[in-house]
Amino acid sequence: MKQKALLLFPVPALVLYGAFFVLPAVQGLQYSTTDWDGYSPSFQNVGLDNFRRVVTADDQFSNALGNNLKFLLTVVLGQTVLALFLAVLLAARSRGSTWLRGLFFLPTILSSVSVAFVWKFIYDPNFGLADQLLRPLGVTSSYLGDEQKAVFFVGFAQIWFHAGQMMIIYLAGINQIPAELYEAARTDGAGRWQQFRHITWPLVAPATALVVAYTTIQSFKAFDLILGLAGNPPRSALDILSTRIYTTFANNQLGYAAAESVVFMLAIALVTWLQNRATRLAHR
Amino acid sequence: MKTGRRALLGFYSLIVIVPLLVVVGGSFKTTQQLFDSPFGLPTHPTLDNYDTVLRQQNLLRVLGNSITVVAVSVPVTLILASLTAYAAARLPGWWGRVVFGIFAAGLAVPAQAMMIPQYVQFDRLGLRNSLTGLMLINVVVTLPVAVFILTGFMRTLPQELYEAAELDGAGAWTTFRKIAVPLSFPSLAATSIFLVVMHWNDLLYPLLFIDDPAKRTLPLALLDFQGEYLTDYPLLFTGVVVASVPMVLAYAFLQRHFVAGITAGSVKG
Repeated sequence: MKQKALLLFPVPALVLYGAFFVLPAVQGLQYSTTDWDGYSPSFQNVGLDNFRRVVTADDQFSNALGNNLKFLLTVVLGQTVLALFLAVLLAARSRGSTWLRGLFFLPTILSSVSVAFVWKFIYDPNFGLADQLLRPLGVTSSYLGDEQKAVFFVGFAQIWFHAGQMMIIYLAGINQIPAELYEAARTDGAGRWQQFRHITWPLVAPATALVVAYTTIQSFKAFDLILGLAGNPPRSALDILSTRIYTTFANNQLGYAAAESVVFMLAIALVTWLQNRATRLAHR
Repeated sequence: MKTGRRALLGFYSLIVIVPLLVVVGGSFKTTQQLFDSPFGLPTHPTLDNYDTVLRQQNLLRVLGNSITVVAVSVPVTLILASLTAYAAARLPGWWGRVVFGIFAAGLAVPAQAMMIPQYVQFDRLGLRNSLTGLMLINVVVTLPVAVFILTGFMRTLPQELYEAAELDGAGAWTTFRKIAVPLSFPSLAATSIFLVVMHWNDLLYPLLFIDDPAKRTLPLALLDFQGEYLTDYPLLFTGVVVASVPMVLAYAFLQRHFVAGITAGSVKG
């Protein structure tokens, strides 16, 4: 009786979600089989031709995919290691550690475009902070101007942006490890590295799985950071999948952009699945 | 070991904080002063950058747009999502799981997979170039993650609480308002902060929907700066400061809730 009233509670959310989320997602699939340009009243149904072109014959798309994978790898490795490292250093509760957690988390609340501008200045080839600090050490680079390495430099910006967020997830995992385990290990004469290797690392496996999964999704969605650093549309050295799809769309190839976004979604699903398996193996 | 740990933490603190201080300091410098001494305090602080950005770029208007959008889209998302989460947590058998599953599935769909049909749809409904359109899309796009977080919390509340209230004659609506909502307060606070950060910082949908400069939100206006000022860093930095100060101030006072909210929302990426 009362439970019937409960059935009405999700209705407003379901109506909006159905109309503006589910329906467009399904229409996206439908668009992806057409050559629609977005404004003409008529269009052709081209079957799977768009997909064939995305997968086999589109250099811009495969370039974006390659960049995205390089970016993903840099960020997943760099950010996961840094986040775990910071979490281990800050695991002990003290006033200083609480304060530093707050500081390391701070970049996460900024907008991507703001973070992009901060790093644009760090990487400025003439006056940038990186150049000012590293040139005296004999390290020089054109940073974002370096066609080969630009995407890795954007990766560092992304790590600075979100490492604090992932550190918090690791801290939650580390706090669940019983202190007795460490005490017992110390009694047995285990050093810091051994304690980390045999207690912390295996027991934070669930946190690693989360961090890697979240970081992966973020790396596919780093759209705003790229546009802020590279401009819209970004040049090909900094083009990733999400910016590629947006550019195709902005060039009035709606049907083809829809096909790209279907492939994009499948790529995310595939990489997430592979990583899930890899994380499980790494923590054995 | 202790000093090693301190040195490492100190080093990373500098990496985080120095660029931010350079940005804040730079917003009070001329380009020449910034290039001559990026790390120094502004010796002759100038407010010209703020004047340019706030007056010529009409950034106050933009700031107002951002506030208006967030002020509507966050409470609406929160109300719709908590109603849904309450039902998902309380509906018996597979009903609850179906409601939850429908929304949770949305977490796997990236915005890029929907944005093209959404663009067409909002265009036809006359909701492009309108703040209402931005509010609506914010609500829709963040419903899945909000329902996900809130259902997770509401499921941990003991059913007996509701049943006791209902024995006393309270209906589903009363139990929701008098029991579920007050008890879910920490989760509602965390979710609302996550939503504020998401909606405040979103760039994709404003970029997609807004051509009219008078309807821009902060991230979109900042992106336009990039095209207009290129390497006039003091102006770019001033934009960053204006866009970030509200969030950073709120973070200073509500840090715990920010951390809880953004961590809970990490599932959205």
